[in-house]
Amino acid sequence: MQNNLLASLKEHQNKLLTTWSQLLQANGSTDGATEEEESKEFAALLLDALHYSNGNTDSDELEKVHDLLIGISSSRGRRGFSPRENAQYLIAFKEAASKILSEVESDPSKLYTANLQLSTILDNMAILTFESYMKGREDVISRQIDEISEISTPVIRVWDGVVALPIIGTLDSSRTQVVMENLLQQIVDTGSSIAILDISGVPAVDSLVAQHLIKTVSATRLMGAECIISGIRPEIAQTVVHLGIDLTGIITKASLASALQTAFDMLQLTVVKRK
Amino acid sequence: MTTATSKEELLIVKEQDVVPLRNRVKEYGVKIGMSILNQTKLITATSELVRNLLKYGGGGKVIIESVSNGRDQGVRVTFIDNGPGIKDISLAMKDGYSTGKSLGLGLPGTKRLVNEFDIQTELGNGTTVTIIKWKNG
Repeated sequence: MQNNLLASLKEHQNKLLTTWSQLLQANGSTDGATEEEESKEFAALLLDALHYSNGNTDSDELEKVHDLLIGISSSRGRRGFSPRENAQYLIAFKEAASKILSEVESDPSKLYTANLQLSTILDNMAILTFESYMKGREDVISRQIDEISEISTPVIRVWDGVVALPIIGTLDSSRTQVVMENLLQQIVDTGSSIAILDISGVPAVDSLVAQHLIKTVSATRLMGAECIISGIRPEIAQTVVHLGIDLTGIITKASLASALQTAFDMLQLTVVKRK
Repeated sequence: MTTATSKEELLIVKEQDVVPLRNRVKEYGVKIGMSILNQTKLITATSELVRNLLKYGGGGKVIIESVSNGRDQGVRVTFIDNGPGIKDISLAMKDGYSTGKSLGLGLPGTKRLVNEFDIQTELGNGTTVTIIKWKNG
């Protein structure tokens, strides 16, 4: 056997577990019973892997440990451990294992080789916990992006035949696509003839945003509905003029209220005050 | 003589970098007490140029500076890319001309929105656009 030292760790499994949990308690990155279960499972699998992989730092047995570790680190992540604590969890294991190694072996050169291998294996695993932690975070972020783009483009039916779509935030290409799809679908679903696009919440209208707005208006018209753009603030109006964007073919209003009034006029409706 | 007081550099590589950049530029404008109108003009100009930087220059960097010239205060924004450069500057500065499928208002429109506009380009060596918006400009 090329290296019986790491393999022999298996014989000292219980002792290793005790030392490990002592170390974990010392640096405070532990939370009791669940962890004890996990640690036991992890140590057993890892020691088995070390036993069979025969000094090889890249074996199939270690792959299995990696899978388990990804599970453990994501469960620890959910329990509120930071990635730093997850790495410490493994570093503590390394410390415990090398302590035991130095107890069972006195030849420095053998000890050195064994420790080096142990380090390679466990450092790899520590990096793995970071990666899986990051991946977990990225999943959350991309889910939130989807959620935001979904809730940020609500189409509101303000009157029979009139739908309004308040746009809040920046209007980029992908967002425009969502806005346009939602709006056109709602026009069909509600049988509306007038759509109001409110841009009060759009911080700046540059030529790309304007182009997107013009496209949305054209698409609405192709569906046989009229589109009114409302919520044009004074500074936006001046900026659009300086940029040289031509919005003359589009009905634009300063506020949603005046856009609604225009819509009523188009539908030949009047709002009267009750006597 | 225009002197810079504070400076910041941002890397722009994807569309998601545009919003933070715009917010930073806005903060610089707010800090020197720029009016809402001038802020909006500056932000819109930044937005136009940064889109060009991404679309034609393939990303690059943007430098935001607070500048002063005597009693006048302003914000200078420099857009640097290493893209293919612009073949014909005078054509690119003309309203309605675009090699892409846009409105062709980015460069000429931006020039109208800011007080100082400078463009340096070399075929194959990228483009640098510098704009200044004065507080009371």
